[in-house]
Amino acid sequence: MRAVDAIMECLKAEGVESVFGIPGGANLPTYDALYDAGIRNILCRHEQGAGHAAEGYAKASGRVGVALATSGPGATNLVTAIADAMLDSVPTVFLTGQVRTDLMGTDGFQEADTVGITMPVVKHSFQVLDPREIPHMVHEAFYIARTGRPGPVLVDVPQDLSRADIKYDPSEAQKVDLPGYKNFVEGNAKQIRLAAKALANARRPIIYAGGGVINGNAAQELTDLVLTGGFPVTCTVMGLGGFPAPHDQWVGMLGMHGTRTANYAMDNADLIVAVGARFDDRITGKLSEFAPRAKFVHIDVDPAEISKNVPAHIPIVGDCKRILPKLMAEYRALEADRARMDDWWRQLREWQDQYPLKYESSKEGEIPPQRMIQAMYEVTGGDAIVTSDVGQHQMWCAQYYHFSKPRRWINSGGLGTMGFGLPSAIGAKVACPDDLVICLAGDGSLVMTCQELATAVEHDIPVKVFIMNNGYLGMVRQWQELFWDKRYSAVDMGKSPDWVKLAEAFGATGMRVEADDEVEGAMRDAIEADGPVVLDVRVRREENCYPMIPAGAAARDMVG
Amino acid sequence: MGEPGTKEILRLEDLEAAGNIHTGRKHVLSVLVENKPGVLTRIAGLFARRGFNIDTLAVGPTEDESVSRMTIVLDGAAHPIDQVTKQLHKLVNVIKIRDLEPKDTIAREMALFKVSADGQSRGEIMQLAEIFRARIIDVSGRTVTIEVTGMADKIEAFELMVRPFGLVEMVRTGEIAIARGKSQT
Repeated sequence: MRAVDAIMECLKAEGVESVFGIPGGANLPTYDALYDAGIRNILCRHEQGAGHAAEGYAKASGRVGVALATSGPGATNLVTAIADAMLDSVPTVFLTGQVRTDLMGTDGFQEADTVGITMPVVKHSFQVLDPREIPHMVHEAFYIARTGRPGPVLVDVPQDLSRADIKYDPSEAQKVDLPGYKNFVEGNAKQIRLAAKALANARRPIIYAGGGVINGNAAQELTDLVLTGGFPVTCTVMGLGGFPAPHDQWVGMLGMHGTRTANYAMDNADLIVAVGARFDDRITGKLSEFAPRAKFVHIDVDPAEISKNVPAHIPIVGDCKRILPKLMAEYRALEADRARMDDWWRQLREWQDQYPLKYESSKEGEIPPQRMIQAMYEVTGGDAIVTSDVGQHQMWCAQYYHFSKPRRWINSGGLGTMGFGLPSAIGAKVACPDDLVICLAGDGSLVMTCQELATAVEHDIPVKVFIMNNGYLGMVRQWQELFWDKRYSAVDMGKSPDWVKLAEAFGATGMRVEADDEVEGAMRDAIEADGPVVLDVRVRREENCYPMIPAGAAARDMVG
Repeated sequence: MGEPGTKEILRLEDLEAAGNIHTGRKHVLSVLVENKPGVLTRIAGLFARRGFNIDTLAVGPTEDESVSRMTIVLDGAAHPIDQVTKQLHKLVNVIKIRDLEPKDTIAREMALFKVSADGQSRGEIMQLAEIFRARIIDVSGRTVTIEVTGMADKIEAFELMVRPFGLVEMVRTGEIAIARGKSQT
């Protein structure tokens, strides 16, 4: 069969039902094979959109997301999505077309060195040079993408090789031959015991969970440990939903826009147990003043994360889904006295009482952006899949929408990609058609990928886009206000576009709400309406996202 | 610190943070990689992106044709070596890494020196070469070219000696290293 037909067989063998992509010259054969392969292609309107849709699909479902693009500009348009998938460890496979082998290296039409350009932002990549290797490479790509610390894998297929006549032997092609690829799973038993003892000894412990808990499907195991031990728990923006918020033991998100309680807890803790988290600079603030009283247990599937930013006293390398139950069993056997944490809990409660999340309520009927999120939470019963763009709205959503389940909060945490929200919502809706999928968009972000409204309409993917519209690049404006003497340079987006008309131009439903007391009603209408809906929510324009750790400051110096 | 499995409580003070330590000495990493296109680019790219500086790098085939060996020399004062090796390990094509202990390792480097030499100084240079067990491999009217093999410090010492004569060109291979005795590199 043709190599491209073999690729389709590989995809089906990997359980792929839907892919996201755009055809072009170099991947014409791939799309010819896709024509009747029984795999759904979601024709996106820009390759970046296809890439983010594949990410949204993967994040919502836990399965590998697939995006296709042609050579040259098709592939370079994918780069942002690939980098995004790298930083957030999203299991994805990118299949790119390449110019014919006789043109490679000659600056042929639509030629770009895709493998070279993407090398720093992939978990691994394959340049096909022999068509007989293609099935094996595609299966290995899926294997690498989903195992260990997940990530993006790229397979670049020259156009002529994709038409070659090859044999596809599934059992042979699925044999993994990667002598240099090893993953740690179980965790060292001695280290786990040591960590249990450290927990039993700690008077001011806190569990700090990140995206690894979501990727590792370990939310239940994390919750069990936290409840068994009676520990306070905080999550990173990537870890939200890893522990069912709101909850007595939940102290809120930590980091730059986390709660004071969570950040003060890190600052005062004597033991921090990091689970699938990587001590990013948005968490630590000034590294030299981060958690000065704490010892660290660090559980991560990627050994390179251990002691990368913060030296770990008890490193445990492996899969948190396997490690957390063992840690819980060891801890339980120690029969530690919960009363040792009484003072700690008293202190945490005091902070919670003293520093709740707060904002100024509506004046003259305008909509406070935080209230928009609260309305969303109420209207959806806290049970929607919410994707978001990047900026103030993302942080407010992380603060005010209490995610109680994993894979319900889909955002770009590591790379911070504006424009991520809409295409990832499309991917999430394709993966989970029965769930309500809301894209919480920023007006600055949405305009970067709004062409995907056409995708949602054409493929009848009823995502609901709620724009938190303040007419600003809000987070940048906030920084200019706080740290750059209010010199608002290039942040005012004005009133363009008219989102209602734009939505209608794409064939979606457009709605607008400007009054505080109409927010819930408008959201309900948007959710109940058929098909994709864009709801333009005009919020109070110059609101700052608080509290915050100023860049380069320590957690105890939070402002707002 | 109590025995594992007992209820004895651990004192946090007894724990020492590991990792991210700068050893302050030269490290020779022997890295086995799959012999595939692009592997060198991946490694060079990783070093560049993570801000690790390579002192020397030597690449060549091994007894197994599907595998190549890279010998990478790094300054442990400037880089956390454990972070370097962990990041290298994440490259799918990297099979094995050994941070070779100096006392258990034989390291060699070859260098070629082209030195200005007229009739008068040629004899002196040849004497020096003999002392360093180096070989004269080319002679012209105005230069001699010398091949030196040894540890990096020997080559550096030789360089110091010949510089006064006028060092026209110097080419060094970078160190390669192998474990002493039976143990595998």
